[in-house]
Amino acid sequence: MLNTGATVLASGTLIQVDAVDYVIVFIYFGFVIGIGVMASRRVSDSMDFFLSGRSLPAWVTGLAFISANLGAVEIMGMSASGAEFGLPTVHYFWIGAVPAMLFLGIVMMPFYYGSKVRSVPEFMLRRFGPGAHLVNAISFAVAQLLIAGVNLYLLGSIVHALLGWPLPVALVVAAAIVLSYITLGGLRAAIYNEVLQFFVIVAALLPLTLIGLHRVGGWGGLTDKITAAADSGVGPPADQQLNSWPGQDLSGFGSPVLSVIGIVFGLGFVLSFGYWTTNFVEVQRAMASDSIASARKTPVIGAFPKMFVPFITIFPGMIAAVLVSELARVKAGETVPGGSSGDGVTYNDALLLLMRDLLPNGLLGLAIAGLLAAFMAGMAANVSAFNTVFSYDLWQTYVIKDRPDGYYLAVGRYATVAATGAAIFTASLAGNFSNIMDYLQTLFGFFNAPLFATFILGMFWKRMTPTAGWMGLVAGTASAIAVWATNEWGPLNLPGQGAAFLAASTAFVVDIVLSIVVSLVTTPKPPAELAGLVYSETPRDQLVDAEEATYPWYRRTVPLAALALVMVIVLNIMF
Amino acid sequence: MAADTEKHTAGAFDVRNIIGTLLGLYGVILTAMGLFADTAPERTGNINANLWAGLALLVVSAVFLVWARLRPLVVSGHAPQDPGPARRDRP
Repeated sequence: MLNTGATVLASGTLIQVDAVDYVIVFIYFGFVIGIGVMASRRVSDSMDFFLSGRSLPAWVTGLAFISANLGAVEIMGMSASGAEFGLPTVHYFWIGAVPAMLFLGIVMMPFYYGSKVRSVPEFMLRRFGPGAHLVNAISFAVAQLLIAGVNLYLLGSIVHALLGWPLPVALVVAAAIVLSYITLGGLRAAIYNEVLQFFVIVAALLPLTLIGLHRVGGWGGLTDKITAAADSGVGPPADQQLNSWPGQDLSGFGSPVLSVIGIVFGLGFVLSFGYWTTNFVEVQRAMASDSIASARKTPVIGAFPKMFVPFITIFPGMIAAVLVSELARVKAGETVPGGSSGDGVTYNDALLLLMRDLLPNGLLGLAIAGLLAAFMAGMAANVSAFNTVFSYDLWQTYVIKDRPDGYYLAVGRYATVAATGAAIFTASLAGNFSNIMDYLQTLFGFFNAPLFATFILGMFWKRMTPTAGWMGLVAGTASAIAVWATNEWGPLNLPGQGAAFLAASTAFVVDIVLSIVVSLVTTPKPPAELAGLVYSETPRDQLVDAEEATYPWYRRTVPLAALALVMVIVLNIMF
Repeated sequence: MAADTEKHTAGAFDVRNIIGTLLGLYGVILTAMGLFADTAPERTGNINANLWAGLALLVVSAVFLVWARLRPLVVSGHAPQDPGPARRDRP
């Protein structure tokens, strides 16, 4: 790995950067650290550090909500998928994100925010007790370290490819920047940086998309070129690349009907609801808002930019596949030397190569700043969610209880340092054992689907027992792994995303069925302990903000969510 | 910043001012690049991309700075959950 890295360095960087590009990148670094320093003046207790004192307005937390997810993996991955599969990639946004975000805001957020828990695992603790809590908290904390490492590795390799810095230097510099602002300013610094990052990313990707569209002759030119390439045997058939439905290539199901069912139920329902509604990285942003009305609006406001993100990630990928000669050759099945990894050009290089071919110096620096912003914010989101769960859910709950608040604030800061060190370690692992990292990431993905099943059942069925809570989680996760392993090494053989959809759906069903059966033979918690946690036991006024009814419609959760739903349906019909 | 109980505006630490300043700086740099440097027409298809992007950034920057000026964020030194007037002043 290191040897190939050195060769790339010797043969020059992927992109020729100028002094002005460096200036733009360093200005960004300066702002990032400045936010950390300014935020640190507002941190006086652990609630300030971990939940930003629950004081932020909804538009800030809403943008942070999607920025936390708009990390490196997302931007590079979605443009790569756009280059390879075309428009069906939009399902990850319009089916696989927006409906779940609206559901989180309308149905689940009142329980998270209203019950005053400080993390998603803490909700588990109060609803189901220590068994389910430990499963949730530990798997979440470990997964965050791993994902932070993967983000960091991608960041390091991009810096290496673009600016020519040696990989270890790039890793340490990036980690040090993230570490400094999270340790200083906690969640507020992370969230402010995420909001800033959102605008820098849009400023970087929107010109790239527009110039790209101009160069290919607009949407008409793009469809003509993709059709021409597909007719000569490059990539999937043109109508499958240019229409989002039924998306057989994406799902891996040959039959259009099965493909639609797989995408709607597997991706749209189980995978996406599991991810968006139970992932503390996301929910933490909403918990930092200033009222229950703002908390509910956080994912709803985030849904609006989210539905337009495909236009600046997937479209550049599709444009790159016809405009960048190396990528067109990769799509035609050739092996092209070079690329950011040094092991040959892949679809993951789509965005970088398009930047190289289209952007003048100046905009190029802005684009690099945008990518670095995405990588750092992704990692920062993982680290800030990790330190909260580690400090409150693991350390305070099981290891050292009943200390003054300042003690846990210090624990949070040490946890941040430790997490960053661990991320550097996993990042170097990711470079050497990329297959193992893939497997582990897939594995942690399996925790989400049963989590959603357990949460939703637990929130609406007061009879569900603590035993059912942890047994459902364990059995659901195990069944997902079983399905996935059968597909990987056994008789089942689904290509593409089909196996992941099936594994998640199985986990969901197993979790629900087992939880119901176990609940019927074990003892539930007394109703008095379920106030704020279960729908039927919670006073209505605790679930909604009384003030919200006096707001105009565009500041109320439900009308906004209805508007978002209509818009996303229109987008689905248009494409 | 002292932890006083009075309400005061967040000033420089209003995230809108930070966004406005950063995008404004970028706008100035890109506009200058568009006017005085190589515009690389062969890459962009004969569009002065730096200039247009720079001007757009300046407009967005102005929107954020004006918004923060017209509707200042009021923070109270204590009681972040206090549903007092501070909340209604937020955009």
